[in-house]
Amino acid sequence: MTEFTPVASTIGGVLIGLSAVLLMAWEGRIAGISGIAGRLLPPYLDGAFLSRLAFVLGLVGAPLLYTVATGHGVFQSVSSNLPLMVVAGLLVGFGSVYGNGCTSGHSVCGLSRLSVRSLVATLTFMATAFVTVFIVRHILGA
Amino acid sequence: MSFIVNLVLGLLFGIGLVVSGMSNPAKVLNFLDLFGTWDPSLAFVMGGAVITAFLGYRIVFKRPKPVASASFHLPASSAIDRRLLIGPAIFGIGWGLGGFCPGPALTATTLGAAGAYAFLPMMFLGMWLARMAAARKSAAAAA
Repeated sequence: MTEFTPVASTIGGVLIGLSAVLLMAWEGRIAGISGIAGRLLPPYLDGAFLSRLAFVLGLVGAPLLYTVATGHGVFQSVSSNLPLMVVAGLLVGFGSVYGNGCTSGHSVCGLSRLSVRSLVATLTFMATAFVTVFIVRHILGA
Repeated sequence: MSFIVNLVLGLLFGIGLVVSGMSNPAKVLNFLDLFGTWDPSLAFVMGGAVITAFLGYRIVFKRPKPVASASFHLPASSAIDRRLLIGPAIFGIGWGLGGFCPGPALTATTLGAAGAYAFLPMMFLGMWLARMAAARKSAAAAA
């Protein structure tokens, strides 16, 4: 069980949306994490490597800033099934870049631009994610 | 200057992930578990983010260009092709297995979970493989 947190989740969502809007205002780019992180690897097709590195460093540093600012630790519960997480990482990395976007690029930035491509992508990954969790938890019983 | 701005925006995005609870894979997996311990919180994260971006983009796109670039870099394609179905389908399976999408996997870097350290390098490997596969596909299409 995890606690239902509509207020905190909405506030967090607004901060994510704000970051996406400001990145567009500043650099004119979509705040898609798979696109930003994936382009940290070669080949380098434009001159935006350092900007992308800075954005990723911000993501990495955010929990530390949160803890310093609020005095609260960041709680997370991650599966300790390492082979499962290896496979999950490979699928998430490949699928998000091959499909030109993940939760941020397609769902946040794409849906808010009323992109049909992003709607198709979001419905597709939501569907396979729901089915995967159903199979793992209710058929395999893990 | 762009480095500082991007660092701050990455921090803002990451704080959003932490505050919203989306940085916690258990919360994501419970959102995806409609028939079990369902936690609808993630819908509120999406709602807050999409509405903010929808309104904010309308203001931003009234300007002729962004502050630090000559033009807006928006995806040009509108094609619903196989890649747009295969990629997200694969991504969704991985997301449902681990509860991490790319953003929360990155915010987990300093939080010490072994599962996150198994996930992260493989995510980058997968991203690189996808870029190679996409490059081969477009080279084949151009030939």
